[in-house]
Amino acid sequence: MNPADTAFVLVSAALVMLMTPGLALFYGGMVRSKNVLATIMQNFILLGVVGVQWALFGYSLAFGPDVGHLIGSLDWVGLNGVGLEPFKAYSETIPHQTFMIYQAMFAIITPALITGAWAERMKFSAFLVFMVLWATLVYDPVAHWVWGDGGWLKNLGALDFAGGTVVHINAGIAALAAALVMGRRHGFGTEAFIPHNLPMTILGAGLLWFGWFGFNAGSALAAGALASSAFTATHLATCAAVLSWVGAEWFHRGKPTTLGAASGAVAGLVAVTPAAGYVGPMSAILIGLGAGIVCYLAVLAKVKLGYDDSLDVVGVHCIGGIWGALATGLFATKAVNAAGGDGLFFGNPGQLGIQALAVLATLIFSFVVSWVLLKLIDATMGLRVTTEDEVAGLDLAEHQEAGYSL
Amino acid sequence: MKKIEAIIQPFKVEPVKEALHKISVQGMTVTEVKGFGRQKGIREVYRGMEYQVDFLPKVKIEVVAPEDKVKAVVETIIKNARTGRIGDGKIFVFPVEEVIRIRTGETGEDAV
Repeated sequence: MNPADTAFVLVSAALVMLMTPGLALFYGGMVRSKNVLATIMQNFILLGVVGVQWALFGYSLAFGPDVGHLIGSLDWVGLNGVGLEPFKAYSETIPHQTFMIYQAMFAIITPALITGAWAERMKFSAFLVFMVLWATLVYDPVAHWVWGDGGWLKNLGALDFAGGTVVHINAGIAALAAALVMGRRHGFGTEAFIPHNLPMTILGAGLLWFGWFGFNAGSALAAGALASSAFTATHLATCAAVLSWVGAEWFHRGKPTTLGAASGAVAGLVAVTPAAGYVGPMSAILIGLGAGIVCYLAVLAKVKLGYDDSLDVVGVHCIGGIWGALATGLFATKAVNAAGGDGLFFGNPGQLGIQALAVLATLIFSFVVSWVLLKLIDATMGLRVTTEDEVAGLDLAEHQEAGYSL
Repeated sequence: MKKIEAIIQPFKVEPVKEALHKISVQGMTVTEVKGFGRQKGIREVYRGMEYQVDFLPKVKIEVVAPEDKVKAVVETIIKNARTGRIGDGKIFVFPVEEVIRIRTGETGEDAV
């Protein structure tokens, strides 16, 4: 056991926790003022919902003793056996409970990411049911595949440092399923859905960037060289993505926007997430530059394809996550992390194939299960609020509150 | 007495206020408003998507003046709010039937 490692991971857990309210502000600023509280609430409440789910059985399903390389067993239900001694398979230097609470913050923010897809139209009760089911039947298994002791993608050698597949592709493709099943917002294409408070969005993006250091550097699970390298890669990729997104839109639309800068930052953070602990600083800059442009184009493509992913979860998290996972297969090098692997540019083309397989498996599994769950909920309790409530705004209709009373 | 209601460009509020002050206008009410005239709206871009925004931000200034001052007020507003470009706004002049100062109960021009 190592006190420095334990302190570092606990602080990292607190940083990742802050990302969920940060995401709430990031999303909250982008909706219309009548939906600001409902949008924020759909993130904030997950701290409660998934936090408890994780302790009761989520952690056991994701990280518990392996069953068929697909899922954890129920041996650790209620955190039974998750004690203050290290669990060697995950870390030899921090208490098992520290690892568990650190992972809890990831389990919370991942479903929160999806909420941007159905913003301004989903019923709160249906949202709660879907989130509990999704966390249990999609997040927990995929986390086990990639990070769990015995998970099949981990055994295969897929590289995912901090959750590109588990968190971003997983949430991003579920967001596509949600946008398709849920349908477009009332007034889509005829009314302008203009962000009501971009300063709030910028503040949220800033908190996400700050918290992401816990997300990526913390994933080293030790206060040392690897954490420093992941921290640096995270920052540089994000800086580069801000520049490339803003540059792309300046070139394409003639003006550099603050929403573009904030979106570019998040795109860069997403893309570097799987790569952070495996790539050098210059590779990180290239990954970031790519992310800003790829995600900007993906967001534009949404308009052509006609689905209403309200806050661009697919364009930023799914596409950014895929780019990051594949880029890890290009830029990874054992010079940065001996426990990692080499990518295509470092003489190991096979890694790219393994990365592609991990991406594909996550895309298919998450899309199909999310689709089925959403259809089931739609058929039983209904996913959407009534058109009347949608026009009035979810703050009043679902929560009996107003975000601003001036 | 007349009420002069001017819808002007937001960045012209300060010069108009200063100029009215100089010709001894005692008070005014200012409101941030939105609307459109011949200028129509503007286009805003979010994440590469363009939106037509019909209502432009303007500022409405309301001043009540005795008859002999109306012409001066109107001219001052025109002089200080004009850029010569489309979107400079409009001025409306209304008759005012009565003015009452709430604190003292004074009425008419004394209360302006």
